[in-house]
Amino acid sequence: MSNSEEDFNFAYLDEQTKRMIRRALIKAICIPGYQVPFASREMPMPYGWGTGGVQVTAACLQETDVLKVIDQGSDDTTNAVSIRKFFERVAGVKTTENTGKASVIQTRHRIPEQVLSEDQILVYQVPIPEPLRFLEPRETETRVMHALEEYGLMHVKLYEDISINGEISTAYAYPVKVNDRYIMDPSPTPKFDNPKMNFCSAIQLFGAGREQRIYAVPPYTKVISLDFEDYPFEASRAEKTCEICGATNTYLDEVVIDDKGTRMFSCSDSDYCNSQKS
Amino acid sequence: MYVAVKGGERAIDNAHRWLEDERRGDRKVTDLSVDQIKTQLSLSIAKVMAEGSLFDPELASLAIKQARGDLIEAIFLIRAYRTTLPRFGVGQPINTDKMIAKRRISATFKDIPGGQLLGPTFDYTHRLLDFKLLADGSIDEFEPGKDTEQMFQHVTQFLNNEGIIETEETSSSEAESPDLTRQPLEIPANRALRLQALTRSDEGFLLGMAYSTQRGFGRNHPFVGELRIGLISVEFEIPEIGFNIEIAEIEISECETVNQFLGSKTHPPKFTRGYGFVFGQSERKAISMALVDRALRWKELGEVSDGAPAQDEEFVLYHGDNIQATGFVEHIKLPHYVDFQAELELIRKIRKTAFEAKKG
Repeated sequence: MSNSEEDFNFAYLDEQTKRMIRRALIKAICIPGYQVPFASREMPMPYGWGTGGVQVTAACLQETDVLKVIDQGSDDTTNAVSIRKFFERVAGVKTTENTGKASVIQTRHRIPEQVLSEDQILVYQVPIPEPLRFLEPRETETRVMHALEEYGLMHVKLYEDISINGEISTAYAYPVKVNDRYIMDPSPTPKFDNPKMNFCSAIQLFGAGREQRIYAVPPYTKVISLDFEDYPFEASRAEKTCEICGATNTYLDEVVIDDKGTRMFSCSDSDYCNSQKS
Repeated sequence: MYVAVKGGERAIDNAHRWLEDERRGDRKVTDLSVDQIKTQLSLSIAKVMAEGSLFDPELASLAIKQARGDLIEAIFLIRAYRTTLPRFGVGQPINTDKMIAKRRISATFKDIPGGQLLGPTFDYTHRLLDFKLLADGSIDEFEPGKDTEQMFQHVTQFLNNEGIIETEETSSSEAESPDLTRQPLEIPANRALRLQALTRSDEGFLLGMAYSTQRGFGRNHPFVGELRIGLISVEFEIPEIGFNIEIAEIEISECETVNQFLGSKTHPPKFTRGYGFVFGQSERKAISMALVDRALRWKELGEVSDGAPAQDEEFVLYHGDNIQATGFVEHIKLPHYVDFQAELELIRKIRKTAFEAKKG
């Protein structure tokens, strides 16, 4: 990449590509939870680093937007820094770490603790968009399974988990059912975050670049984590208190702080933690 | 800590400066020029152009320099650049009959009209390190003979005259030749799309796939009907002037295999074909591609699949792209601690329940 910002169209992608992505986004919004194929482009960062999310963000951004980028809940993780810098450079938009002040939030692996509002868009980076992929490796098969709403395999998997381990042994990327129709992968967020998706006020957009898929959850849409009546879904977290801000209701990182293996727990959402401190 | 609680930004900047410094290496040694790479590492250039899907030796050389010789990284640079270019139309189908070949061989006939032309090949070199190259030994210039300035009829054409090999169907419409770089890959793919994916697939991946067919995982009995390498012109029709103009001359490698036949008592058997086409001098990949192409054609030729990996279109097409593969394989080095934390909580809970059950 050269160093001159004039070399790039606003938000890097050319307008034709953005239009193609926006069409996919509109379709995705209209069919909540359905994976729309789109002609994903090579981005100047590798597949697996959030190319899907970056393309979705690029297609959504306007000059007045304020962008926040988090990875593992934090604004300061290396990849969040890198993506934020990318958009500062190619779109010149304002950026923020403050969840409440952002109009577009791109995330990898977390949903912010602060409740999102109607004028916000949450963009998820998705590695494997297909929730059935690890049960059926063929895309040709899984598309048919979705079309026929044939989700028995998933329920059998969850049942087998319980029979082997005593509970459903999926801790992240925990499958959800959207609008009583499609089973959807919420991206690899910890299952602690799943309830935040249900009837969320913000638009939730999901971009999987390498897999060339976009899907979405429109505002105020039912998103239910799969479970059984006698084994209800549980949003689990470390049963500890944040040692920085004292929060007892947030998702915590477990940090090893010395060679003896002493642990410290602190909020994964760095902005939320800062706001609680002050 | 690579996910420093603060300071990620400075760490990234420093990493980039360090990288640049290492790329340049010992300052007492002359900086490698893009021209040197372009003229002396032409086979690396060929790989970068083929898998980057962009025929531009100059940019490929730059990418190789910038990538410190890591060809997948160089291919990635080219792909990321290529995708920003507007697509202004579809060129005319390339006619490889009109190739000015510098190499053209057939394994199916002892001699062929026009002759076997070895060209600049490693094939019969003895793989002994040439220590003269350690010193700056000068190399004599070589003038190819007149043989290299002619066009050759395709060898498979001779078989075709006898009707003994299947006829290739040509397609020119865009619907029949979709653009992999502008539309999402959807399975099942037609042959045009498959060939498109194969020609930009990783050489090593295709080589392994091709090799597996030879060892019995989807065997297809190939002969190299013809392998040719040389220059061909690319033409583009300008609607405003109503005729074709030559917009480029590119070097390509083409391999046509002749494979075992189909037929029955009522339908006379015919040989079948596999096809490989790659930018630059890349015959290992052209041959591999032809073998894999043939393996993937089982359905349209009415064969029964062995269920071998090379016959599995979804497996081959989804996993051959080295830029996708390298990204996803390497991304697991990015921070995943939030998910790992969720796993930690889960495994602790399950273990606790198990211990309690044991005690109880």
